Amino acid sequence: MEALRPYIAAFSPRFLLMMQYRAAAVAGFATQCWFGAVRVMVLAAFYLGAPEAAAGTSFDLSQAVTYTWLAQGLLALLPWAADPDIAAAVRTGAIGYDRLRPVDAYALWYARTAGWMTARVAPRLGLMALAAGVALPLLGQAEWAWKPPPNASAALLFILSLSLAAALSCAVVMLINIVVVATLNARGVNSLAMPVVIVFSGSLLPLPLYPDAIRAALFIQPLAGVLDIPNRIYSGALAGFMAWAGIGLQAFWTFALIVAGRLWLRRVMRRLEVQGG
Amino acid sequence: MAQILVQGLAKTYRVAERDPGVLGAVRGLVRRRWRTVEALKDVSFALERGELLGFIGPNGAGKSTTIKILSGILRPDSGRVEIDGLVPHLDRISHVARIGVVFGQRTQLWWDLPVIDGFDLLRDIYRVDPRRYRTTRDELVGMLRLERLLDQPVRQLSLGQRMRAELAAALLHEPSILFLDEPTIGLDAPSKLAVREFIKTLNRERGVTVLLTTHDMHDIEALAERVIVIGHGRVLADSPFEALRATVLTERRLFVDFAQDAPDLALPGVEIRGRSGRSMELAFDPRMTNAPALIAAITAGHAVDDIHVEQPAIEEVIARFYDLHGAGEA
Repeated sequence: MEALRPYIAAFSPRFLLMMQYRAAAVAGFATQCWFGAVRVMVLAAFYLGAPEAAAGTSFDLSQAVTYTWLAQGLLALLPWAADPDIAAAVRTGAIGYDRLRPVDAYALWYARTAGWMTARVAPRLGLMALAAGVALPLLGQAEWAWKPPPNASAALLFILSLSLAAALSCAVVMLINIVVVATLNARGVNSLAMPVVIVFSGSLLPLPLYPDAIRAALFIQPLAGVLDIPNRIYSGALAGFMAWAGIGLQAFWTFALIVAGRLWLRRVMRRLEVQGG
Repeated sequence: MAQILVQGLAKTYRVAERDPGVLGAVRGLVRRRWRTVEALKDVSFALERGELLGFIGPNGAGKSTTIKILSGILRPDSGRVEIDGLVPHLDRISHVARIGVVFGQRTQLWWDLPVIDGFDLLRDIYRVDPRRYRTTRDELVGMLRLERLLDQPVRQLSLGQRMRAELAAALLHEPSILFLDEPTIGLDAPSKLAVREFIKTLNRERGVTVLLTTHDMHDIEALAERVIVIGHGRVLADSPFEALRATVLTERRLFVDFAQDAPDLALPGVEIRGRSGRSMELAFDPRMTNAPALIAAITAGHAVDDIHVEQPAIEEVIARFYDLHGAGEA
């Protein structure tokens, strides 16, 4: 515990402060409901309009609907932008103070980013579960609702996979943070990361709906682990060996990206320049 | 042995340059031009435990760069730094645990959190023993009169209040060395006095080694026994403050209001600094001409309404010192 004290200190204030931004969470939630509904309708049109094509996906409509709501609830988990605090610290030069802390530089920022991310995900996910999982069935729209996992093992594997998704997502955000430190500007890398992450995480369209030829490649690439793998484990589309394969991939990518980030950060910090008085 | 040892420190920055205007920006996309700025050329000094050293020099002289290298934030291009046996940029983590740093223009506290919460977080980040922390914190809070500020979010503090909180924040882990980069910048007079008083106590009573940079010569006057003047990346002077004052403070000024238009005067050892209408400003070296004799010589030949002698302001003296060494701001 003593060893972790500095990192808990980096995690918790971000978490507590972000939890206070209720207005932002509610506004984000409203947008996510809207886009969730649009996507569910598009998917319904596809499944009902081309049943023979849909049959080839081994991913049925109700799974796709649950996938979509869960993806909307986990939108804040997507690593599509640098941590705004770190971007601001780079701009103002406050990054100098981070270098003065007697702690591991990568772990300090990783913990801070994790606090920021979890605090944003938790309320949005809760609200989305209430709206799409409880309110919709109560309104008689059970067909379009977010359904519970098919069995206990899917639920347990999902919790494991979701934790890994968060760890992996923070590792990706750290890479983006490091680009910000190297280029002194967050806008460029953010605008590049956003479309890539939305497509390759499965947020735009569930990855199992892509053509067969590229499906394996999509499964193996790192961004599947931040959303697609936990979502498919939740809905039971990935079960047994495939679920464990997905979890293994998540663990592998988390480890690989953390190692890469650490090496890269060390290089970038070596030529860090803190300018001005 | 010296606690801080600096030898032949050099550091250059690479700055991207572009021509002004839209065309310049477009050209910059194709071909980047880089200019090297030599922030430090050759800086050497040694500091004993418990010393209080003032670092002065014009903007861009290399003061902040030196502090950043000493605190381990930047790595020098060449030269040697050793602090308590550690090389800051190589042994960063063990080094920074022993030093406290305040940058006057930035904050290390959490903007949205109450001061006390920020202190508690720093306790954890520095892994300070909780009981020890309480004693240190209460002492610092007492010395810096922070009692009533502890519950306020940092963003609500005035600059003077915030600087007092920053000083406490930099000392919660009881460092034996304190680096202060312009700690009094922008503060009002009472806050400056409070900050100076605190730094003095810390140095004299606790034996904390202090290295501070400032543009406020009153800081130097009130605090530093030893001063290093730095300009264009080099040490221009390293001497006790009194010695520096003696070399550059010899000059006296004589202000004369004549009854008529100011006449031409040619007096040995006296320089005419300014003349407008009936007033004249003269500078002289008291070791060569004494004031009574000079006044007598002037009043003997001319009708005079008013006359007074001044020592030049210390800021002005330092500005002249910079000019003499070609260290005015680039």
